[in-house]
Amino acid sequence: MENSKQAYLHKLNEHDIRATDSICINESRQEHKWYYNLKYLLVGLLFSVFFVKAEVISWFRIQEMFRLQSFHMYGIIGSAVVVGMISVWLIKRFDIRTISGDKISFTNKKFSQGQIYGGLLFGLGWGLTGACPGPLFAQIGMGATVVTVTLLSAVAGTWVYGRYRENLPH
Amino acid sequence: MLEVIKQPWPWYVSGPLIGLTVPALLILGNKSFGISSSLRHVCAICIPGKIQFFNYNWKKEIWNLFFVSGIFLGGIIAAIFFASPGPTQLNPMLVKELAGYGITDFSSMVPADLMRWDKLLTLPGFIMIVGGGFLVGFGARYAGGCTSGHAIMGLSTLQWPSLVATVCFMIGGFVMANWILPFILSL
Repeated sequence: MENSKQAYLHKLNEHDIRATDSICINESRQEHKWYYNLKYLLVGLLFSVFFVKAEVISWFRIQEMFRLQSFHMYGIIGSAVVVGMISVWLIKRFDIRTISGDKISFTNKKFSQGQIYGGLLFGLGWGLTGACPGPLFAQIGMGATVVTVTLLSAVAGTWVYGRYRENLPH
Repeated sequence: MLEVIKQPWPWYVSGPLIGLTVPALLILGNKSFGISSSLRHVCAICIPGKIQFFNYNWKKEIWNLFFVSGIFLGGIIAAIFFASPGPTQLNPMLVKELAGYGITDFSSMVPADLMRWDKLLTLPGFIMIVGGGFLVGFGARYAGGCTSGHAIMGLSTLQWPSLVATVCFMIGGFVMANWILPFILSL
């Protein structure tokens, strides 16, 4: 009895820690072998090619966007969001399941002041590096090896945030 | 056919394809599209310390690291097989402005005149490469997500906090690109 209560508290805590973020907190009762994850590698690979051919990983295209000199990036983000919205609506409307039969779940994001302060800081960084986290990985793959420094610096930024999280307004 | 694929794709082709990441990840395994959380998992694996924010069962999030590894490999494949034949076609106003700072190489995805190893220890290079990366990592986690988690996944699921974050991303970017970056490039 005592054990299960502790396990429950631990689970609650684990959920809380993970829910402080937009990371995936969806659970599946099904345990899969590690190689089931290779499907995500394939999805990443495919979408990376889309990123490259869309030129969203171009520093120059990001500069154009922030100077309102081109519609390109707005068109991409806008149409991607529309496709995402329609997909989510269809999944909810027809109760579409995952390929292993799980129900697809959605978690509401809670508002925090972090979305304002963090958002502004992220925007400043985006304007400098011309890349959000996804394109960083793709740029390194394309041969811009110095971007590994940018990526490591982003990991450092993430760590510093985690370390001083309690001291920041949320 | 390959010649057509090698050209940069117009937004109305590439945008919807990128949007399909959302249902692809949901249907493959009930996963929410998000990339910056991979940086958090790296911290949780390598240097969690006693920090509560990094003490969680990262093994359950390992799919996310497979996903970003795929993005890295996709970059290699795109560079080998689908590289665009010419330099990026940009607005002439931007080309003119950047030429004023000595940026004239538009052949790759990053400005080769600024972002390369021997520029790392110059002031503009350091600010852009190291400072920019830090802001991206810190800001994304503070905001609880980046362009993929908030702007694409969050807006797709009609989350208003994600709209707040997206608007702030854009404000930060506008301020940097139009007012701060010109100063940094002139250093």
